[in-house]
Amino acid sequence: MTDKERQELLQRLLEKQKDGGLKPADRYEIPPQDMPEQDPVERARNVNEVATGYTETHARLEALRCLQCKTAPCIKGCPVKIKIQDFIAAVSEGDFKKALTIIKENSLLPAVCGRVCPQEVQCQQTCTVGLKFKDPTKAVSIGRLERFVADLDQEEIIPTVAPNTGMKVAIIGSGPGGIVAAADTRRAGHDVTLFEAFHKTGGVLVYGIPEFRLPKSIVQKEIDVLTKMGVKIVCNFVVGRTRTIEQLMKEDGFDAVYIGVGAGLPRFMGIEGESLVGVYSANEYLTRANLMKAYDFGSGADTPIARSQKVAVTGGGNVAMDSARTAVRLGAEKVYLVYRRTEKEMPARIEEVHHAKQEGVEFHILQSPKRVIGDENSHVTAIECLKYRLGEPDESGRRRPIPIEGSEFQIDVDTVIIAIGNIANPLIRQTTPGLEFNKWGNIVVDENCKTSLEGVYAGGDIVSGAATVILAMGQGRIAASAMNKYLAEKSDCNKPC
Amino acid sequence: MPHKIVSKRRLSEDVFTAEIEARLVAQARKPGQFVIVSLNNEYGERIPLTIADAEPKRGTIRLIWQRVGKTTAELADMQAGDEIANVTGPLGKPTHVENFGTVVCVGGGIGNAPLLPIAKALKKAGNKIISILGARNKELIILEDEFAAICDELIITTDDGSYGRKALVTEPLEEVCRRDNKPDQVVAIGPAIMMKFCCEVTKKFNIPTQVSLNTIMVDGTGMCGGCRVEIDGQAKFVCVDSPEFDGHKVNFDLMIKRLNAYKDQEQEAYEQYNEHRCKIGLDKRNAE
Repeated sequence: MTDKERQELLQRLLEKQKDGGLKPADRYEIPPQDMPEQDPVERARNVNEVATGYTETHARLEALRCLQCKTAPCIKGCPVKIKIQDFIAAVSEGDFKKALTIIKENSLLPAVCGRVCPQEVQCQQTCTVGLKFKDPTKAVSIGRLERFVADLDQEEIIPTVAPNTGMKVAIIGSGPGGIVAAADTRRAGHDVTLFEAFHKTGGVLVYGIPEFRLPKSIVQKEIDVLTKMGVKIVCNFVVGRTRTIEQLMKEDGFDAVYIGVGAGLPRFMGIEGESLVGVYSANEYLTRANLMKAYDFGSGADTPIARSQKVAVTGGGNVAMDSARTAVRLGAEKVYLVYRRTEKEMPARIEEVHHAKQEGVEFHILQSPKRVIGDENSHVTAIECLKYRLGEPDESGRRRPIPIEGSEFQIDVDTVIIAIGNIANPLIRQTTPGLEFNKWGNIVVDENCKTSLEGVYAGGDIVSGAATVILAMGQGRIAASAMNKYLAEKSDCNKPC
Repeated sequence: MPHKIVSKRRLSEDVFTAEIEARLVAQARKPGQFVIVSLNNEYGERIPLTIADAEPKRGTIRLIWQRVGKTTAELADMQAGDEIANVTGPLGKPTHVENFGTVVCVGGGIGNAPLLPIAKALKKAGNKIISILGARNKELIILEDEFAAICDELIITTDDGSYGRKALVTEPLEEVCRRDNKPDQVVAIGPAIMMKFCCEVTKKFNIPTQVSLNTIMVDGTGMCGGCRVEIDGQAKFVCVDSPEFDGHKVNFDLMIKRLNAYKDQEQEAYEQYNEHRCKIGLDKRNAE
């Protein structure tokens, strides 16, 4: 569809709507609006964002596809319960400001979530339009609309902050959960300090998710809002090492603490050769490439990264896709994605899988490395893989991969990236007596994200294992609301009777 | 928050020391811990450097580093009053200090820097300290006076015989191990190859030996796993599991290869920087 055709269609539909409304049948006929994106060949050579975003016409057409269901099944799929049908109605009317206001009632970071939320298993999974076509990719593109509205938000709205309460809050970790918890506790008038271990704020949004999927400037904008609200930001501060939680509360006068440090420790496979030169955790590979800007090594950046010809990425999640697509951009000739189940079981978003394939990543499904092989200098030369078949479903509901004995074969590679998830970082556990952890090292919390220590709350991956940005944000919000309540009670107790 | 360099001086051809403002690190730091330093928020690389000493009251730490690549060279070109963009720490687990009896502290080259605070702490805990300090030549022996002040016995070796004994540190180490009153513990810190051979010596005598590993790191908090080493066949992270390990269990050969992972690129970056500093006259400034 050309731009002109699209505009004409929108005009016709709007007139029809004026004349007496659009029937569901009319709405089903509107073609789903694809996201404009950079050409795959072109974008594989740059780090700019792949999806360039809807135009106003795209957005209004897509919004008109929404049936405005009274039951709003989409909202049930949203972890933070955005009033989806209302914001989409505002988009179709062309009132984008209203749309954003509606979103912001529930979500603080729409520009981030519009990009990285797995909508196809959340709001869009339950969308009536998608169900009608029996195809979740034909659901109303709620995420793209959210992003469109958020990106139009040029004037910065700084949330109002209540008068000072005299209470001090420490937020540990400046990832998505920390950002939300900081904003919500600051709004209540507390004196909030956000601590970050890295030299830059944003957590996984800046070290993990690549620029081509989430531009750093979007995250920085959200951090700037926090600063303008009066949140103090302290980088290069490793809680548990620079100061412990106990010191923060007993000596530094913090009344409440939110722990949002993320999972923090890469999981390896435990196979032979995993420490050879050229084997990376996805965390390391992505941190070097994103946060440390290794793609500019030799023209400014000081952090090197492997100059790979052939790369194997193991894993099937979004982090695996990010790693593979980063390797493409860093100039690898061949990038293989090795996954022990099939594409159907991949936890990665359909869109990411699609983009990875478009960019030339070769998928090796039903295979998994058995060992990494190196040369006399301990440099990786190949991986030896086993072939797999699918058996009965396991606890995750996905069919269990079963290795086929004697099916060993080799793939020649010089770099291996292990992207099979993270486990809990032991730093807080080692340095915080009294804090309760489960057997996997994750912090135990109640439904209000409260931990076993008074005044200490936690959320995100350090609580739930590996999850998503939106879930971390949701927990940051729950924790902040519980902290605000706790601090209000505490401040009442402190008042002279 | 930038960290001001209070004072800086040269210890040998390529080794420098500076006192740096870092109040919280100075207060929290214990022997054996390190910091991660980067000189530029956008493009700087993150490198681990040992904390050689700290003045909690003054709020400063002392760093000692060897000029081996771009960032260490850039740091060497900075002067008192200049500011370091990022200093994170203290990282790593502190050294386990107790009264073992007699402890031999073996330092090689720049390894004397991390060794000194550990030797001091061991002395304070009541140990008899025998130090063996080695380097390629006289010029490269650093912190000799500081060690002399706390040691019960001090042995210096140089590869070329320009100072002390003409030997590798392993020679006097073996002699000390053969003595009637065999040492109870050895701490060896220096180049990986030196630590490897020290461990081979002490293993013969069955003397527990601690080593401190200085691997390549990015975050220093466990997140990247780039610093992993093989200990008894198991992958361990230097940044969170130590930096200190039982030397008899370390796979030094693999560690040495991992240390060289970016050798070519590091060399390129260093050469590029050297060209740049010649152009802007930094080489002359530092020579003065």
